[in-house]
Amino acid sequence: MSLVIDAKVVQNKQIIPGHYRITLATPYCTEKARPGQFLHVRCGSTQDPLLRRPISIHAVDPQAGEVSLLYRVAGRGTALLAEYRVGDMVSIFGPLGRGFTLPKGDGKVCVVSGGIGIAPLYFLLQKLAGLGIFATVFQGVATAKQILIEDEIRELGHSVVVATDDGTKGFHGTVTSLFEDFLRGGGLVSKPGINEDGLVSCIFTCGPPAMMKRLSEIAAQQGAYCEVSLEERMGCGVGACLSCACKIKDGSGWFHYRRACVEGPVFPAGEVFWE
Amino acid sequence: MSSKGSNGTSAGKPKLAVNVGGIQMINPVTTASGTFGFGTEYAPYVDLNRLGAIVVKGTTLAPRAGNPTPRLVETPAGVLNSIGLQNPGVDHFIDEALPYLAGFDVPVIVNISGDTVEDYARLADRLSQAGGVAGLEVNISCPNVKKGGMQFGSDPIMAAEVTRAVKGKTSLPVIVKLSPNVTSIVSVAEKVAEAGADALSLINTLLGMSIDTKTRRPFLGNVMGGLSGPAIRPVAVRMVWQVYQAVKLPIIGMGGIVTAEDAIEFILAGATAVAVGTANFVNPHTTIDVVEGIEKYLYENGVSDLNELIGAAHG
Repeated sequence: MSLVIDAKVVQNKQIIPGHYRITLATPYCTEKARPGQFLHVRCGSTQDPLLRRPISIHAVDPQAGEVSLLYRVAGRGTALLAEYRVGDMVSIFGPLGRGFTLPKGDGKVCVVSGGIGIAPLYFLLQKLAGLGIFATVFQGVATAKQILIEDEIRELGHSVVVATDDGTKGFHGTVTSLFEDFLRGGGLVSKPGINEDGLVSCIFTCGPPAMMKRLSEIAAQQGAYCEVSLEERMGCGVGACLSCACKIKDGSGWFHYRRACVEGPVFPAGEVFWE
Repeated sequence: MSSKGSNGTSAGKPKLAVNVGGIQMINPVTTASGTFGFGTEYAPYVDLNRLGAIVVKGTTLAPRAGNPTPRLVETPAGVLNSIGLQNPGVDHFIDEALPYLAGFDVPVIVNISGDTVEDYARLADRLSQAGGVAGLEVNISCPNVKKGGMQFGSDPIMAAEVTRAVKGKTSLPVIVKLSPNVTSIVSVAEKVAEAGADALSLINTLLGMSIDTKTRRPFLGNVMGGLSGPAIRPVAVRMVWQVYQAVKLPIIGMGGIVTAEDAIEFILAGATAVAVGTANFVNPHTTIDVVEGIEKYLYENGVSDLNELIGAAHG
């Protein structure tokens, strides 16, 4: 069950240029939220902008009863959200959507992000650490200044490797190239995330569609289970308006549309009809 | 007329019940087709029994995949959509959605769309025999499909022909949903009324488009879409006003209703009932908030029966 709640802002801070983390007091969502789910956020109180913004749940603090969202200021809605101050109330609707499937395995998990795609994956990494599953995180960004929450991920016990498009830090190239290098035993990364046979059993990813498509192919080659978090423009958040349609394989070589807000936003990579 | 009321003497609750072309509603608030799914999607947030009626997602004879994405883009105080009537087809609707809705005590109005006049007639026939349907809303105004849709709604003669074809196949109340994308909505309303419509819904979305200045391409996958939300409300109120003056049929008014005051505005312009559309996306509880707000308005203004307000702004 999801609810419309007015939640108090505990913190709303710019963590790198253009990227903010807002923390909201909402014991209900703290209890209900699953990694990969999102909150539908009202970024203002007037009729313009009109729609809520779907923002994935970034972190949960069960003790404090707080949920955090990590967002990039990308338009009018998120620009307004960045102006919220501690103590202000934000209307949230959620948690909504279908999240990631938590693996039962033993440390053969890889997490691959592109840009702001790291946001929902951190909540997943919190849950995995709680289960004693430690992953290798491959974070791809354009340039070193855009690396997000690297230390926080390490504090959970996971390892992190970074790829930058401009080579300002870590691997010079795309995160998918870095990941492929890792799979070939390229030596950039060692140990956690890989089993004795050098096989990854489980991949979780969120980022640009081209990146997720490539990872989906790599996962298929490796025989690894892979889940992707898709993004599409969203209206209602409850499956009524059919705006956030995603192309999902229909079993006959073609696709049918499925709703990111209800059947997703997380889908098994093998079910996505990539273009 | 609008100030006539109980004046505190017979304090009781104000009467909200209305009748739309033979459909008895406990209050004037219904849902705009396409914004409320088949009701199931909103059942966790809204007690469906408290709605005056539910107008379900547009239904066609065969399933439709819908338009390419992006299907939605926000505009000033509004939304452009080009869903393209994605729906599982009338058989699926009858087999899956209707039995679920039968569990509620609320009139179910089915919005129907076709490529041809014959399609509308066949849909009317199928749905009339299905049972559990309180009325049909004939969609001759969808701007997002290639064939049919708005083509029928923009030609008064064609609109009348569709209306007659549907009336010929059903004894259910027939509500015709009009397009605002016409030179004279009154001309269409008059012809549809002559053809036997029991009520009118207005307005459907306004045809619009939006271009991304970064990519220099249209935002929507289908290029053009239908504008809804508060941005279109003054246009919708004006059209309800004009049609009310010209045609003696009950009107379901819609277009950017967010609050009870917005709904009252439509009723004063001549609407017997109102539909909440895009606002459902912002607050899933909007319909009930509007019902409660209308009741409060009547009470505070000493109006004992909502029917007294219908068209009251015409003096």
